[in-house]
Amino acid sequence: MTHVLEVTNLRKRFGGIAAVDGVSFHVDEGEILGIIGPNGCGKSTTFNCILGQLAPSDGEVLLDGRVITGMRPSELNRLGVSRTFQLLQVFPQLTVRENLILAGQEHRGTMLTRLFGAPDAGLGPEAERMIAVFRLDHLTHTPASELSYGQQKLLDAAMAFMAGPRLALLDEPTAGVNPTMLSDFKERLRTINREQGATFVVIEHNMEFVMSLCTRLVVMAEGKVLAEGGPAAIRANPAVVEAYLGH
Amino acid sequence: MTRAQRLLVGAGGAVVLAALIVAPISLGRYGLYVLSQWTVMTIAAIGLNLTLGYAGQVSLAQGAFVGIGAYAAAILTSHGYPLALAIVVALALSFVVGWLLGYPALRVQHHYLAFVTLAFSTLAFLVFRNEEWLTGGIYGISGVPRPTLFGFSTNKPLPFYYVCLSGLAIVTLAFWGLVRSPWGRAFLALRENPLRAASLGVDTRRYTLMAFAIGSALGGFAGALYAPLTQFIDPTPFTLALSLNLLMMVIIGGSGFFFGPFVGAMIAVLLPEWLRFADRYYLIFYAVLVMLLLIYSPSGVLGILDRYLRSRNARAASAMRASAQAGLSDEAVR
Repeated sequence: MTHVLEVTNLRKRFGGIAAVDGVSFHVDEGEILGIIGPNGCGKSTTFNCILGQLAPSDGEVLLDGRVITGMRPSELNRLGVSRTFQLLQVFPQLTVRENLILAGQEHRGTMLTRLFGAPDAGLGPEAERMIAVFRLDHLTHTPASELSYGQQKLLDAAMAFMAGPRLALLDEPTAGVNPTMLSDFKERLRTINREQGATFVVIEHNMEFVMSLCTRLVVMAEGKVLAEGGPAAIRANPAVVEAYLGH
Repeated sequence: MTRAQRLLVGAGGAVVLAALIVAPISLGRYGLYVLSQWTVMTIAAIGLNLTLGYAGQVSLAQGAFVGIGAYAAAILTSHGYPLALAIVVALALSFVVGWLLGYPALRVQHHYLAFVTLAFSTLAFLVFRNEEWLTGGIYGISGVPRPTLFGFSTNKPLPFYYVCLSGLAIVTLAFWGLVRSPWGRAFLALRENPLRAASLGVDTRRYTLMAFAIGSALGGFAGALYAPLTQFIDPTPFTLALSLNLLMMVIIGGSGFFFGPFVGAMIAVLLPEWLRFADRYYLIFYAVLVMLLLIYSPSGVLGILDRYLRSRNARAASAMRASAQAGLSDEAVR
């Protein structure tokens, strides 16, 4: 069976330091895979190598069996791979609706039709739907700069799903989100996973969140994969407990 | 922008347009020349506002594109070709050269990019000055004709002013459509956060090149109107000084604001004329006024208005939140 994403022997060296050192894992259709590990273990670098933001020193990345190693981020996005970043990356001058339209517009038509077509690239209804899913209805026409941090995080995540991605890589989506919003946020992600059939890879430090959301986990330490398995097996793994989860 | 604000802007725009059509009838030859110069410089500044203000790419070469357009128009119209064709050639030539100049922007940014474009500006000036067989060298090209449109000669200052004003109106409408289209959002994303823009599928390479090409083409268009306006061109007006002046127009008016170039060009072209009462000190007054303005508002004249509107909206939003909170507390008490 072809995996949605297959990472084989991925390496990234910065001078003498191996930030990612022979990482291999795969993600299957409709799966929510979590990547966990201590700070500096190479999670975000792995993301950046998969997504073309960093050129890997070695290794291969396949999307639906097709080699995507070294492709530019914009090309990967148009192939159906979207992402969020560790730090907030919304466009503060644009309203919530405009941010969402921007997130989907490059998937509509050609450059020429986007120039002469509708200002919202025909994405108005889709943006409204996404606004409803992430419960940002009352903020539709508010500039992103006027949203709270948690609301901006929701918008950031919603942008990743605007184009109906095949694969979404979310880098610490709950960082800085109010704990009362977390369960709601998890539900939003589950809804998208169920309704859009999107496959997720989530980097996260919030163990309760990641253990309850993900179907499978990859644990990284010092640039390598330390363990892989379901949430229960990972919790019980002595090496993981020793290196990351603690007693 | 609220509906009321949109209506206010629309009404204001209609009044300004009416004034621009009617008021110049009473102006003399020099007044019409200065006003025509304002329309031409505004077009060039709109182009630079796209490259710099919207897409965030520094360019010190806009003056060179005005020169390219001016020479293209002067050469063609002097050989009997119509101005309309000369404008098309100026647009196309500047677009292609601007596209090519955009390539360095894919590798270097900020002041490094400024130096690349500065080098191009110098190169263009040397071509205008040294390629005598084509440009007339330091003697330039004189007797650039003004067009006859639908049987009406535009040789006199007032009809040609209307030609320039029509050009500005067309560019304004086209630019309005451009910045409201998905391209406008993509340019803004390119300026604000190219990394995030690329992760959303925005082809940052192609949009960077387009920002340069379209901005440069508008510079070329301005040049194609400049040549018949002055009816004589030589390399002197197209030095780095013009590029810096256009840059100042964009920054003073408000970089990234739609109407910024209109205001900036008004200050740069008209203010020195209004200060002529100060005789030989007028440039000193002008320089001091510009410096004071930029110290007070680095985001330009329209930045002052924008700050005022933002703070007013923020106050209104905070008042709404407070009253909603008070309503909730009352409910809880009951």
